[in-house]
Amino acid sequence: MKRRPLLLKTLAAMAFCTLLPSVTRAAPPAPQFHRDVRPILSNFCYRCHGPDAETRAADLRLDQREGLFGNSSSGAPIVKPGDVEGSELLRRVMSHDDAERMPPPAANLELSPAQIETLKSWITAGADWQNHWAYQPPTRPELPPAPPQSTDLDHPIDRFLAAALANEGLTYAEAPDPVTLARRLSFDLLGLPPSADEVTEFAADPSEQAYAALVEQLLVSPHYGERMAVHWLDLVRYADSCGYHSDVEQPISPYRDYVIEAFNRNLPFDQFTREQLAGDLLENPSIEQRVATGYNRLNKTTEEGGAQAGEYTAKSAADRVRTTAGVWLAATLGCAECHDHKYDPYTARDFYSFAAFFADVQEQGVYKAGTREPELKLPNADQLARAAELNEQLAACTQQLAAIGEAETEAPQRDELQKQEKQLRADLRKLEASYPRTMITVSTTPREMRILPRGNWLDATGEVVSPALPAAFAPAPTSDRRLTRLDLADWLTARENPVVARVFVNRLWRLFFGAGLARQLDDFGAQGEPPTHPELLDWLAVEFIDSGWDVKHMIRLITSSRAYRQSSIPTAELVKRDPQNRLLARQSRWRLDAEFIRDTALVHAGLLVPEVGGASVKPYQPEGYWEFLNFPKRTWRADEGNNQYRRGLYTHWQRTFLHPSLLAFDAPSREECTAQRAVSNTPQAALALLNDPTYIECARKFAERTLTEPESADDASRIAWAFRQAVSRAPSQAEQKLLAELLAASRAQFEADKSAAEKLLAVGQSPRSTELDPAELAAWTGVCRAVLNLHEAISRN
Amino acid sequence: MHRSTSHIEQAAAMNRRAFLGRTSLGLGALGLGSLVEPSQLEAATSGLLGATHHTARAKRVIFMCMAGGPSHIETFDPKPKLAELHGQPMPESFTAGQPIAQLQGQALKCQAPLFKFERFGQSGQEISEVLPHIGGIADEICIVRSMHTDQINHDPAHTVMNTGTSISGRPSMGSWITYGLGSDAADLPGFVVLTSISKDGRNPQPIATRQWHSGFLPSRHQGVAFQSHGDAVHYLSNPPGVDHASQQRAISTINRLDAMRNELLANPEVETRIAQYELAFRMQTSVPELMDVADEPQHVLDLYGAKGADGSFAYNCLLARRLAERGTRFIQLYHRDWDHHNDLTKFMKICARDCDQATAALITDLKQRGMLDDTLIVWGGEFGRTPMAQSNKGDVGRDHHMRAFSMFLAGGGIRGGMTYGNTDELGYHAIENPMHVNDLHATMLHLLGIDHTRLTYRYQGRDFRLTDVAGQVVRPILG
Repeated sequence: MKRRPLLLKTLAAMAFCTLLPSVTRAAPPAPQFHRDVRPILSNFCYRCHGPDAETRAADLRLDQREGLFGNSSSGAPIVKPGDVEGSELLRRVMSHDDAERMPPPAANLELSPAQIETLKSWITAGADWQNHWAYQPPTRPELPPAPPQSTDLDHPIDRFLAAALANEGLTYAEAPDPVTLARRLSFDLLGLPPSADEVTEFAADPSEQAYAALVEQLLVSPHYGERMAVHWLDLVRYADSCGYHSDVEQPISPYRDYVIEAFNRNLPFDQFTREQLAGDLLENPSIEQRVATGYNRLNKTTEEGGAQAGEYTAKSAADRVRTTAGVWLAATLGCAECHDHKYDPYTARDFYSFAAFFADVQEQGVYKAGTREPELKLPNADQLARAAELNEQLAACTQQLAAIGEAETEAPQRDELQKQEKQLRADLRKLEASYPRTMITVSTTPREMRILPRGNWLDATGEVVSPALPAAFAPAPTSDRRLTRLDLADWLTARENPVVARVFVNRLWRLFFGAGLARQLDDFGAQGEPPTHPELLDWLAVEFIDSGWDVKHMIRLITSSRAYRQSSIPTAELVKRDPQNRLLARQSRWRLDAEFIRDTALVHAGLLVPEVGGASVKPYQPEGYWEFLNFPKRTWRADEGNNQYRRGLYTHWQRTFLHPSLLAFDAPSREECTAQRAVSNTPQAALALLNDPTYIECARKFAERTLTEPESADDASRIAWAFRQAVSRAPSQAEQKLLAELLAASRAQFEADKSAAEKLLAVGQSPRSTELDPAELAAWTGVCRAVLNLHEAISRN
Repeated sequence: MHRSTSHIEQAAAMNRRAFLGRTSLGLGALGLGSLVEPSQLEAATSGLLGATHHTARAKRVIFMCMAGGPSHIETFDPKPKLAELHGQPMPESFTAGQPIAQLQGQALKCQAPLFKFERFGQSGQEISEVLPHIGGIADEICIVRSMHTDQINHDPAHTVMNTGTSISGRPSMGSWITYGLGSDAADLPGFVVLTSISKDGRNPQPIATRQWHSGFLPSRHQGVAFQSHGDAVHYLSNPPGVDHASQQRAISTINRLDAMRNELLANPEVETRIAQYELAFRMQTSVPELMDVADEPQHVLDLYGAKGADGSFAYNCLLARRLAERGTRFIQLYHRDWDHHNDLTKFMKICARDCDQATAALITDLKQRGMLDDTLIVWGGEFGRTPMAQSNKGDVGRDHHMRAFSMFLAGGGIRGGMTYGNTDELGYHAIENPMHVNDLHATMLHLLGIDHTRLTYRYQGRDFRLTDVAGQVVRPILG
């Protein structure tokens, strides 16, 4: 702390600015209840005066209109519209008497003067009340008029955003250069970098038509589904291992492929929802629809000796509530496992009634080693053909045996045939055991679901509940029929559902702007943040429903806006004024997701095997990383051949020991639903990108390309070529010079030490070019390694 | 292309002017220096709390996790009554309605303690004969006999011990502590995990990365698990054929190029990345230096019973001291062999052989160096073991037990030479001064100068904390 340079102070100050929750404004407009007032009440009051009946103090409920505008126990009006002095709420939060002041000193919470001021001006202005924004079904708002002076802002998204910007006296940032734009689109839609040729082509003709054509071209790429799947797999906590204790493998990769395929064929989101939650309950479900029900089986499971089935059945029930509420409702319903929710109107009864939807899912509390029934076997065409062949041979064998009969004279031939028959049966069994399998949902007699007091599974005193939707969302069921998972899916995707379309388009928005319109992707409750542009969010949600839940339609809409096509480089003034980019007067920039960093390096190396789907794969991993695993002990064997060079999303997802390179770049363990990954910037990430053999091998193959593909053979052209592959633009003179210096130094080193060159070039399975001089190739490997490590190479701008 | 470049450069020139206007130092200067000044890294290593909530008694924690769950009845909680009732049915008044693990469906019979207890030190603390070295430091340690937890299976019980709840995805205690306090280690992680097993122990416990994960806290607070094979830290070594000088040259080029580009972009993330590449490079030297104990005199190695860099618990205890000296905030040592369902006598001796001397040596060594006063030591498992015998897997052992177990604490503001709390006469329930894992966490944070109710992080709309909604500081054990 002694010698803190000025620069750091500035950076620290900037970092501090980014914590400020709102945009600096000239004159604060009158507070809006849902944006400004409810968050204060929720943060400071709901814990004791909110939805949780058990801990509610003074029988006072401030999360409901009746309570907030009612009288205190002593008869004073809590909030008297237009009368600050006459409002008990203000008297209590402003009191200097510890016995009177709210929140009480023990709560460790204190309202800031600004927050008190907000409450005051809200009351003075008449204390309007709004129901919570997320619980009102969205209706399509009127489009604001397009700004008169501009011809290119009549896109619906731009009309909302530009109108908001105009209020702030701001305008959009200028358009990005076509190189940046082509690169942005490619990362956003495919999770892959564009080829240098693609960029050159678009830069030569960056017209509206060419842009639209590029979007279409990317949307039909099979890699689009892979990119979209990554965010969905985080939400549903897809993984290849069971998560608890032994963390053994579970058969589920066909479900992952279903998700990819669903995005690729643009399966409407309502149907996507139905198939995952209740594909087995559809009429004559297809194989895909049954595979989709793997969703209900993605909870963590255990084989641990001494685990009690009842306890783990309760755990998985709670796990499904947390996840399903997180995936579709952005609701923290999981908080109501032990008590009513503290901030949102969910009761413990809601929690267990929601869990009851899944009580028919056939499962074990504790699984026998290696089994995860019910499963579906999914033989491929080759396997089916081989099975038919074996069955045919078996039939022939049996027939011959029958023909021979019991005669003593035929004994040798009979023995031979019996041996054959035995072998064929063994082959068939072995073949069938090798069929890809996947966990699916099979509906069985529903387990009894009770409210568990304090979440205690041993306490059987709670009331038995039936499947029901949270009362805050839907009226109590009127039907006598027990509601099913299909009813749940239908309700989620009903037009009247207030949340689901908003939640999805908000997360989609994040994929294209780096943050949701509502910032908390996983909490649309009272403690979440209301959207920055509520009308736009509603408009998009209704558009999504009206389009038939068409995801590609929404992506076309978003990417065709001018908002999407802004530069992400902020002016200094804008950084100061809107550090978190809430106004969207610029695009955002971010480091790529873990999987896409891997994919990008493989593309530059020319190593990427673009095959879609299949069993999960094992790239190189540090030896001994699995030594903490047991029951049984396992060794990671890196795949050989094509499977070594597959996209990151196919990496075997070991929940308790995720691949260290993915972990270093913030891929989640997928034990729980993850709506937004953290983005860290650590020395572990630096070490991975510098030294992981995957990236060393990529640098070597990238160097081979650099030495063979450019048309001009001089060093400068090669450097420029490699640079352009990796970051899509030409290097500046200064950049070119630094890389040339690195090349010269590397050359000198490797020419002086040929064995060092041999060692470097021996990293990775891919064969090494025998035509290139080892010292020269090693020197260029060093240059390409530096280029792959550039911040720009792993960033979307 | 040309047109677009000029666009970027115009914007960039504006940014550069704006940025340079705010600082007296151009960004380029940063990357062109051979190393970033150490103080620049403070942004990455300082904690949330500018100052502690109250005066801290401990600066760092060494948490020794005896994974599997050591039997309290054979270590720190003598139960003569069990010997009297040996072989008789466990009274139902103890077991009715209680969760049960591997003894599900079996007869529950009392099992006499398998080791004798002795009184140690001036304090006369009662400790099992199997732990004579820990007995030798009896006056330094505070034994807690009344620990209890919520989970009866290893995986979730470890999760409770590390994160205060059995739900996955919450930050571990080491992450909370480095989040709050940062770290004094300039070139090493602030939170390090070291793991060992006995060569001839019972089947070792799997320990998930979840146990040192940062959950929803910023990922830089994640524990770094040092590996006992290959690189201690993943990807620490230079690639084959790349020497120290070439690595430095590569990193320097990367950082200069990033800094140069950032003159146009003014992106603070790039600044951080440059600093992290510098730190990564320094770790490539500092970690091997840490791990190489060749500079330790023989009498120190002998004190621990360490034979050099062999991945043993003794070696890890020595590394823990070296990490503590270098400013690492939270050091966690796992020994994975304490799940004694069968052959408890044999396996307890093996675990004691590998852990007893080294544990005592670490405490002694820290004391000799004047570091025990501000180093909090915690020793124990994720739960205890049943007073009932388990006899279905070989010679007699004990099953998992969550209602009572023993731990000990030492150093960093703990009152040594005392025993706190008690179990019932059969060692089943913690009945006197029961201390939940949340209470342990509250007390640990208290000793570090942190009010456990005020170290919070907003996630999914709620202020989370290590102690969730519970936890009381246990003051009688404070010195």
